[in-house]
Amino acid sequence: MLEIIIRITLICVSLSMLGLIYRVIKGPTTPDRVVALDALGVNLIAIVALVSMLIDSDAFLEVILLLGILAFIGTVSFSKFLEKGAIIERDRNR
Amino acid sequence: MKTNDVILQTVTKVTVFIIILFSLRLFFSGHYTPGGGFIGGLMTAGALVLLLLAFDLKTVANILPIDYKIVTAIGLLFAIGTAAGALLFNVPFLTHAFDYFTLPILGKTSLHTAVLFDTGVYLVVVGVTMTIIQTIGVSD
Repeated sequence: MLEIIIRITLICVSLSMLGLIYRVIKGPTTPDRVVALDALGVNLIAIVALVSMLIDSDAFLEVILLLGILAFIGTVSFSKFLEKGAIIERDRNR
Repeated sequence: MKTNDVILQTVTKVTVFIIILFSLRLFFSGHYTPGGGFIGGLMTAGALVLLLLAFDLKTVANILPIDYKIVTAIGLLFAIGTAAGALLFNVPFLTHAFDYFTLPILGKTSLHTAVLFDTGVYLVVVGVTMTIIQTIGVSD
């Protein structure tokens, strides 16, 4: 029973990832693409969690936290590049 | 124009410690579960990159006055020292050893010299990543 539910959920998450990929390709402005990529990362976390439930393994739990941290750092650096044009500054108080 | 980054800086002050704790957990759990020196070093470098993003190069150099090229050298020294230490006991190069010790709090623990080699990998990964990012990531 649980396995069928997990498979249906995987299909739903994959469909929402397809919608997000459409937004990444089509998105008129760059912030649209950045937000879509961030949401793609979150959906990827969901897929890793569902697959690790499906194959009954706890070896992928680190991957979930890792993807969350990496998606956060990537989105922050993209937004900083869009806002200031520089990702790392030498001296911000100058 | 000065921008106000107070949300990003407050979130960073909390998150950096969580990321560093997670990287240390990945580093120490590498022998029995997924993890190890490489991914631990990359996550530590990720925490430092988040600090660089929220603040700037000068502030991070003030709180962590580390030359990352020296960190790389110390890591290589750890690796080669662990490898060459095996020669002192009349066994081939890079032979590792382990034994069980009773530690005060942790109880019976197996200590392995591969952890020292992994420390070398960790330091090299942190040093190389931070050197690359500080060299090519800075504007102007």
